[in-house]
Amino acid sequence: MRFDGTKDYVATDDLKVAVNAAVTLRRPLLVKGEPGTGKTVLAHEIAKATGAPLIEWNVKSTTKAHQGLYEYDAVARLRDGQLGDERVHDISNYIRRGKLWEAFTSKELPVLLIDEIDKADIEFPNDLLQELDRMEFHVYETKETIKAAERPIVVITSNNEKELPDAFLRRCFFHYIKFPDRDTMQEIINVHFPDIQGILVKKAMDIFYDVREVPGLKKKPSTSELLDWLKLLLAEDMPLEVLQSQDPSKAIPPLHGALLKNEQDVMLFERLAFMAKREAR
Amino acid sequence: MFFNFMDELRAAGITASLKEHLVLLEALDKEVIQKRPEEFYYLSRATFVKDEGLLDRFDQVFSKVFKGIETSYGMQEEEIPLDWLKAVAEKYLSEEEMAEVEKLGSWDEIMETLKERLAEQEKRHEGGSKWIGTGGTSPYGNSGFNPEGVRIGGEGGQKKAIKVWDKREFQNLDNTKQLGTRNIKVALRRLRRFAREGSADELDINSTINGTAKKGWLDIHMRPERHNAVKLLLFLDVGGSMDPFIKLCEELFSAATTEFKNLEFFYFHNCVYEGVWKDNRRRFSERTNTWDILHKYGHDYKLIFVGDASMSPYEITHPGGSVEHFNEEAGVTWLHRMTNTYPATAWLNPVPEKQWGYSQSVKIVKELMNDRMYPLTLEGLSDAMKELTRKQG
Repeated sequence: MRFDGTKDYVATDDLKVAVNAAVTLRRPLLVKGEPGTGKTVLAHEIAKATGAPLIEWNVKSTTKAHQGLYEYDAVARLRDGQLGDERVHDISNYIRRGKLWEAFTSKELPVLLIDEIDKADIEFPNDLLQELDRMEFHVYETKETIKAAERPIVVITSNNEKELPDAFLRRCFFHYIKFPDRDTMQEIINVHFPDIQGILVKKAMDIFYDVREVPGLKKKPSTSELLDWLKLLLAEDMPLEVLQSQDPSKAIPPLHGALLKNEQDVMLFERLAFMAKREAR
Repeated sequence: MFFNFMDELRAAGITASLKEHLVLLEALDKEVIQKRPEEFYYLSRATFVKDEGLLDRFDQVFSKVFKGIETSYGMQEEEIPLDWLKAVAEKYLSEEEMAEVEKLGSWDEIMETLKERLAEQEKRHEGGSKWIGTGGTSPYGNSGFNPEGVRIGGEGGQKKAIKVWDKREFQNLDNTKQLGTRNIKVALRRLRRFAREGSADELDINSTINGTAKKGWLDIHMRPERHNAVKLLLFLDVGGSMDPFIKLCEELFSAATTEFKNLEFFYFHNCVYEGVWKDNRRRFSERTNTWDILHKYGHDYKLIFVGDASMSPYEITHPGGSVEHFNEEAGVTWLHRMTNTYPATAWLNPVPEKQWGYSQSVKIVKELMNDRMYPLTLEGLSDAMKELTRKQG
């Protein structure tokens, strides 16, 4: 089982090595990178390439580690107890399985995606150390041990909002998705828009990389934004001349809403355009 | 295998552990990668580096340790003995010699000849101008000079063939980079101490259930909400030599005010004396007595100074040394009083750490702070927060 990218996803060589190492050795793969460089998509593509089911665990700031294992619903049991329901005698009726449990007991070998692990509390990764290392955990209420028959493929993404503890990192392979260079970007565009005009792409990419170079941008546009923008340009049937105009006073690219996601950034561009106009006079 | 690689990594501050080393060997054993240096580089990078800030350092270490493992000419079948590849000496050629070398022919011709010679050659060869070896002028081999040189292992010598790890693409991700508000907040988050304080207005489900089960009726328990209970005193240096750092300090300040509920801040100029102020426009009319601060805020407050500590040494050591007014007691006395009152103290200095040695006042302040002076970078801030959370003995 080797991962070589898919027809919808362009994987660089270093990414392939990291994925293959993680898949072969069945150790978690930690993926970081600028927002919009395809971290989450990677897990989907690995699942697609290996034909494995994908189990997604989206982490939020309130997520606790044990929610991924199981939860004991004491309130439901209390209610059933007061109503005299028969189910109350069997505690296992009130154990709710979490995503990790699901992944460990899945019939087919699954890909488990733990998305944005840094959103949760600082202690969250530490609480999952043993479980991810040995791929087993103990259910105290029913005194059973859930153990993965075959270690699932685990992909973890992080946006770097919090540092992850060393002990956790030791157990992972790490890959930093760097912002794609022009050639890779061209490949990515070809994958997504197979019949787009070459010249349009070239022009759009010129503008895109120029926008990224503008100093002082709060949020630089990333790959997913470029793809959205191209989609819009195609949908609007934007004439090529608009993109080609060299007029600096039109410094704001057409349909900029897809590229610039921050009102300060849009204002920055408007100011630049204004200054260019004044200079032209 | 690769033990010195691990040593070098650790020396460079990348915490490679035995566990990761074993993982790397296991991956090699299971043939995760094809036997190409680039793939080995990618694999070891994925294994050892867990922080994009360290990628650049890793590239440097890798190129240092594995200098010469790469062969840019991968078509030959012959195994090239390793000792050939030990670079002996760089040979600098004169003008005429260089012209001579250029005569030897085009790329294709050179490749052809190389193949033939590889077949002919049997021994290690150094110098000379025909055989493959090191330090020679033949276009084949290593560390020599030839404009069309073909490299077989070893350093690129004068002709630079750039390897992946030598490109150092991750240079500007290094940890010592400047801060942004978001990063500062993340660093400040280290300084969290959750506690339940105040009015009980949250339903405590677990104790409610426990109580209900014990007593047989619905027994409601409430508890106060959990929030960050760290208390912080922030002293900011303003004016004069701090002007270049205004943006940085603004960012730190805005991050700190959103992150901490119990935050008090004061301004001072150069060094803390008997009075500080809360509003910079009214710095002369509305001063707060420093004694009042020391008495008002308890020992459990954590104290952070932000300043470049660059001034004339007299401003710290002598009474009357201040540039703005006559101070009865020296800055030293005040700094002592403050650090004694608040055991958890740190001084953040926006001046790059390398330049601290040039200013005597920085040295004095650093000593007064018991070495707890940190540069205002992401790393420095993390270290400072670590120091502040340490159990004060």
